[in-house]
Amino acid sequence: MDITNYVVLACILFAIGATTVLLRRNAIVVFMGVELMLNATNLAFVTFARIHGDLTGQVLAFFVMVVAAAEVVVGLAIIVTIFRTRRSASVDDVNLLHG
Amino acid sequence: MNDVIGYAPWLVGFPLIGAAILLLGGRALDKWGHWIGVLASSASAVLGIWLLFRMIGAEPVERVADHHLSTWLSAGGLDVDLGLRLDPLSMTFVMLVTFVGTLIHFYSVEYMAHDAHRRRFFAYLNLFIAAMLVLVLADSYLVLFVGWEGVGLASYLLIGFWDHKRPNAVAAKKAFVMNRVGDMGLIVAMALLFAHTGALDFGTLFGSGAAGEGIAAAAGVSALDQGTATAVGLALLLAACGKSAQFPLQAWLGDAMAGPTPVSALIHAATMVTAGVYLLVRSGPILDAAPTAQLVVVIVGAVTLIFGAIVGCAKDDIKKALAASTMSQIGYMMLAAGLGPVGYAFAIFHLLTHGFFKAGLFLGAGSVMHGMKDEVDMRGFGALSRVMPLTAWSMIFGWLAILGIPPFSGFWSKDKIIEAAFVGEGWQPWVFGGAALIGAGVTAFYMTRLMTMTFWGRPRWTEPEYHPHESPALMVWPQVILAVGSIALGGVLAFGDIFSTWLEPSVGHAEHHEPVLAVPVLMGATIAVVVLGALVGYLMYRRDVPAEAPRGSFLTRAARRDLYQDAVNEGLVMKPGQGVTAVLVTADEGVVARGWGALAAGVAGFGAWLRRAQTGYVRAYAASMAAGVLIIGVVVVLVATVGQTAGA
Repeated sequence: MDITNYVVLACILFAIGATTVLLRRNAIVVFMGVELMLNATNLAFVTFARIHGDLTGQVLAFFVMVVAAAEVVVGLAIIVTIFRTRRSASVDDVNLLHG
Repeated sequence: MNDVIGYAPWLVGFPLIGAAILLLGGRALDKWGHWIGVLASSASAVLGIWLLFRMIGAEPVERVADHHLSTWLSAGGLDVDLGLRLDPLSMTFVMLVTFVGTLIHFYSVEYMAHDAHRRRFFAYLNLFIAAMLVLVLADSYLVLFVGWEGVGLASYLLIGFWDHKRPNAVAAKKAFVMNRVGDMGLIVAMALLFAHTGALDFGTLFGSGAAGEGIAAAAGVSALDQGTATAVGLALLLAACGKSAQFPLQAWLGDAMAGPTPVSALIHAATMVTAGVYLLVRSGPILDAAPTAQLVVVIVGAVTLIFGAIVGCAKDDIKKALAASTMSQIGYMMLAAGLGPVGYAFAIFHLLTHGFFKAGLFLGAGSVMHGMKDEVDMRGFGALSRVMPLTAWSMIFGWLAILGIPPFSGFWSKDKIIEAAFVGEGWQPWVFGGAALIGAGVTAFYMTRLMTMTFWGRPRWTEPEYHPHESPALMVWPQVILAVGSIALGGVLAFGDIFSTWLEPSVGHAEHHEPVLAVPVLMGATIAVVVLGALVGYLMYRRDVPAEAPRGSFLTRAARRDLYQDAVNEGLVMKPGQGVTAVLVTADEGVVARGWGALAAGVAGFGAWLRRAQTGYVRAYAASMAAGVLIIGVVVVLVATVGQTAGA
């Protein structure tokens, strides 16, 4: 199987994730989109590591996982807090920073 | 002198500590604080007398002593030292300042007895004494400048002492501002000296004098070329004009009479206003190297002595008449100082005798005001000698002294200046000597007018309204002591040229030159002119003096308005200055303020428009990020493609 298929898959996954972030309003779903984008980049990293035959891309994939784990913890905490105070998980309701 | 000069800083220290105690002590000292001031000034005077005797006891070559106090500031190659120079010249001033100052302190105890702010008054007086002593004891121009500004401050504070009256506050400000103009001259002179010689201390500039050569011509000043020396001399003259109320910076002195009379006596007659003469005499070697500057000094002196004399003739305010007279007498000193080494000793001699008799005259005027409910208009006086005989007699001796009647003080000093003014070649001796001679006659006229209107003739006051009386002992005694000085000081010091010899270590030795007319002829002419002036003055004002001043001739009206000095200053300086200010304010508001305002408004408007981009929706931010990334990606791909194509 051609190894470029993995890159194409990563692109498709990233596009799906980005579309989710841009179009969905539920914060949890947006968050899932973000995770999808992160994992698409991970897949790309690993693929390129394989293509180039060095381990840098795989190491970076681990870094991304660690950072993503931390980000999930903080992000979910924020979402829960917002939900508690505003009884809503819609990202459009949180627009207090408008100009 | 070197063994005792360590005590000299205490001359300044006592009054400075006195001022600090009085200013910081607060209300607790209101009752008796003035005695601290008197004590501080007296301590300085006693120390001064002791140092004077030590100096007289020393050999003339050892009479100049410099005392290094500390390093003021040290930056790179520049070291500015704080030091004192005690020599016959500064010693003379120390005696004048502390002795007359102490007498006036005693006088003020009674004169200011009913003033709620007497403590503050004495604090300022002590501050003045300290600053004036710094001025005369300084061993460099920089330290002198500290004292110079210090006396300016004290003068300002004391002119405006009763600053709840607006004219007094305005007069104080006027004196301060006009003095600043002169101060610029001193700063410029210092800058020029420093740029060309690299030093500001008298030791380097004029020689130490300790080697016995007096002030040496071969010292730092000789490095100056003619043009620089002239510039420095003129800048110093500007400084002297500001401080000594000489033409064209004379306008502040008359208004300065708004201060309490002891202040007028001490600061604006005896000591501070003579600081300009001191400065010029101290800078003698510079002036000697600049004949043009000397000529200008003489011209300024001659113009001022005539100017002051004319103004003095028309003033009905007893203090302003005396102020005009002070201006005129300092004109004599300036004239003498401009004559070169031959005149320095005479300038200082006249300064000393003038310090005594003019302080005495002012204290007498204060005594008259004290007895006449602070009335200063001489048209309301007359026949006061009957009710205040001691004041009258002390003023009579001061009057005889200023007239230059032998053997009173003024004769010995003023006559010498007139004589020296007649020395020279060409037109100069005739013009300057003539001015000095005419000035003496006019002086006799206006001083006699003042005395006649005040003490003689018929009373123009009525008993129940005014109750003139002799002043208390504490006020009379200083007048009496100053009157003794007016009688005897000149004769004693002129005897065998004691005073000229005494000053030689400081100002150098001058050969005697013969005036263009024989000395006895000049002396006779002077006395004749003086007696004539006095007679005219007496006969004109002995009889009726109208309560309202008659309209008078053109000259009288001009003199009453100080020869339009204020109008000239306003027309030439103030109005154009205000015009420039108005233009600048308009330009600032119209161009600068509006321009920047418009720019700020534009930026604000743009910001408000730009603000709408911030919707607050997370997806909007995410979309802009995605778009940004997309654009960057496209650019990267494009660049890479173009690069590959170019490379191929």
